[in-house]
Amino acid sequence: MTLSRRSLLKTSAAVAALTTIGLPSFAQEIDELVVAYNVNLPSWDPTVGLSAVNPTIQGFYQSVFDLFIPQNPDLSFGSGIITDYGWNDDNSQIWMDVREGVTWHNGDPLTAEDVAWSLTRVANPDTGSPIQFVWGKVENVMADGNRVTADVKEYDPTFFKWMSFLTGYVMPKKYYEEVGADGFEAAPIGTGPYMVERFERNAFVRLKANENYWGGAPEFKTVTVKFVTDAASRVAEVESGNSHVTLEIPYEEFDRLKAKDGLAGVAEPVSDIGMIFLNDIEVMTDPNVRKAAAHAIDKPLIIERLLSGYGVPIDTLQTPDYSAFDETIKVAYDPELSKKLLADSGYGPDNPVKFKIQTTKGFKPKDYEMVQAIVGLWRRVGIEAEIEVYEIAKHFELRAADQLAPAAFYNWGNSVGDPTTSTGFAMFGPSPHSVWDGKETFDAILPLWGETDEAKRIEGWKAVDRLVAENAEVIPLLQYVQPIIHDARVKVTPHRSGALLPHLMTRS
Amino acid sequence: MTLLRNILIRLLTTLVTLIGVAVIVFVVIRVVPGNPIAMMLPPGATEADIARLQTQYGFDKSIFEQFVIWLGGVMQGDFGTSISLRQPVAGLVLGRLPATLELSIFALSIAIVIGGTMALLGTRYRDTKTEGAVDISAGMALSIPDFLWGLVLILLFGVLWPVFHISGRISPALNIDFNTNFYFFEALVRLRFDVLADLIGHMFMPALALAIPLAAIIAQLLKQSLKETMHLDYVTLARTKGYGENHVITREALPNAILPTLTLVGVQFTFLIGGTVIIERLFSYEGLGNMAIDAVINRDLPLIQGIVILFALLFTIVNLVVDMLYVVLNPRLRHA
Repeated sequence: MTLSRRSLLKTSAAVAALTTIGLPSFAQEIDELVVAYNVNLPSWDPTVGLSAVNPTIQGFYQSVFDLFIPQNPDLSFGSGIITDYGWNDDNSQIWMDVREGVTWHNGDPLTAEDVAWSLTRVANPDTGSPIQFVWGKVENVMADGNRVTADVKEYDPTFFKWMSFLTGYVMPKKYYEEVGADGFEAAPIGTGPYMVERFERNAFVRLKANENYWGGAPEFKTVTVKFVTDAASRVAEVESGNSHVTLEIPYEEFDRLKAKDGLAGVAEPVSDIGMIFLNDIEVMTDPNVRKAAAHAIDKPLIIERLLSGYGVPIDTLQTPDYSAFDETIKVAYDPELSKKLLADSGYGPDNPVKFKIQTTKGFKPKDYEMVQAIVGLWRRVGIEAEIEVYEIAKHFELRAADQLAPAAFYNWGNSVGDPTTSTGFAMFGPSPHSVWDGKETFDAILPLWGETDEAKRIEGWKAVDRLVAENAEVIPLLQYVQPIIHDARVKVTPHRSGALLPHLMTRS
Repeated sequence: MTLLRNILIRLLTTLVTLIGVAVIVFVVIRVVPGNPIAMMLPPGATEADIARLQTQYGFDKSIFEQFVIWLGGVMQGDFGTSISLRQPVAGLVLGRLPATLELSIFALSIAIVIGGTMALLGTRYRDTKTEGAVDISAGMALSIPDFLWGLVLILLFGVLWPVFHISGRISPALNIDFNTNFYFFEALVRLRFDVLADLIGHMFMPALALAIPLAAIIAQLLKQSLKETMHLDYVTLARTKGYGENHVITREALPNAILPTLTLVGVQFTFLIGGTVIIERLFSYEGLGNMAIDAVINRDLPLIQGIVILFALLFTIVNLVVDMLYVVLNPRLRHA
């Protein structure tokens, strides 16, 4: 083959043209931080609708808005828009002190009136607030100077903890009333560390640093968060240098990427846990069957083999970060005990106990594979479980109707770390999120909802967890570890809630 | 008159089809498991909360009542409000349509260029190694589905040789202030070549992934059609007149051979639009397909209905256009 001058020119022109088509660049200095996020942001109002109860998108909201009370990366509660708070002596009133000198993104000053209005708004079911069942426990929310007070209709010991959780955001009264819901959706403002510069639904959001942020201006002045829902594409985004940070990628890819030059990884446990709901129907009314199922699962082995070691085995619905965690509650891996328990109920390898286990496939890392492994371990002791794969939407529907199969794999998030939002809602019969109807557990939980003595309350929940573990009413499996891969020039501080927060990222 | 009558009949058929699709979709998505209300229940929701949400979204009524209310709204251009996005469905789907249309048309153009070139090469060098190479390439292209082509392209041109963008439709840093969401066409009209280059940089890989299987189909069918035409008398006559082989193929054989391919391209184009659902997801391209997957995950019933109806409308319009083109290009039908 001969290379003529003409063909050389043509080739050069073609290459030049090709390389000018929006080439991604590996900048030496990161001016604009690009994050490839795993979910889309459907809506900007963090207090209403489906988005408001979606834990995976709270990181977006926490970048733009402030929670009433912020949570530190280790899940401890910090001082934020509300600097101090408490109950009066007889728990008939709450009070909150509002930080002074805070401004909204449009320059308006934040006032105690904004806080009072935000609380009143989320307590009103007509606004579409999904958590009004919590906020509605106070009324007559009043602002006086920088103090906000409210009368307590029904005492809830977790009220202030909810101020760091779903829908617990401070919203701009004056601005919202001026622009309305649609106007706010089009141009949201908050008091958070970043301001929304541009938002393309299903594509990206471009954030600009709030230089007046009360907690100090974030280091990266411009942050683009791309919504890249496919894990393989997120891997490619970071590997190619198109994005500097991404999360929720397969652990194998995490190990591969963090070993590459120019990339680094951080993998810390988050507040999500994997668990198996046991519905007290069919064979699950037999405690021996439940206990046999619980003792036959080798959790460390599953974590090692399937999750590359990224996971923390748990024996209750509390992770070590939660306030009611009790390390003395253990459910040991003991297949011989499982065989004995099954034999006591007339089951064995030749006469296995049979039930169905439901699971999602691909909703969480290796969910289906984990259930396959568990079914394999169960088979060894005389349990024959049939796997049914369902979508997460079906799980929610069946759970709300108390129609889950005898066993159902699910993941549960509880970033406030309070036992009411883990064991409470998962195991209290009347809750739409519980499929356990046992009276003993119901009686144990009931008095704890309104317990005013905090130490007694936490001890009470520990007792419930012990009861639940001893009776094998649920099978907690593991605390998830969140893999974050990032450019080595960026320092990422992970947050135990699982929210990836750009204002916690700095240049390394 | 016959043409006009045919068009009117097709339009009426389209209307009936759309109503049929609407009924089926409306019923099916309400019968399959996965209740949108169950998905939005907060941790401590009570029976009263559930009932309130059911009423708020109209799910407390029978499916028939819900359908009548929805159809009444549709007649007035109101397709309802998205549950997850809290925006009017009509605005959402129409806002996304341009992105998907541009991607589909770009992919179709690539498929026609690649497939047509392969067919012409295979015909020009028939019974040689070149034809063999064309056949093998077409076979390979067809045996791999579009989303796998997408992954291969991401690895090749996104990671190993990072030439094109892996995700999105346009760079966030690019400042565009366009009047429509047809970014590509508007950029052409406004001579915004920076935007055009950026759009192509984003669109090229997803479009190529969609185009490769269609290009293979076009190559195979058009080559076969051309080979059959090359044996016809009028082609032989052209050769005896002294025309060169290239002229005979492109000027004499191609116009007749292209008709069956055109029909197929029309049908396949609708499949290509359907393929955008997965490809848009893979490349995080902000089109209708990507939105459709989110709508299904969130059980956003009004949005699913709106997207399916729009896809159905697109399919019927494409088929209608292909039929019309066929009449225009085929003299026997034109003068019938």
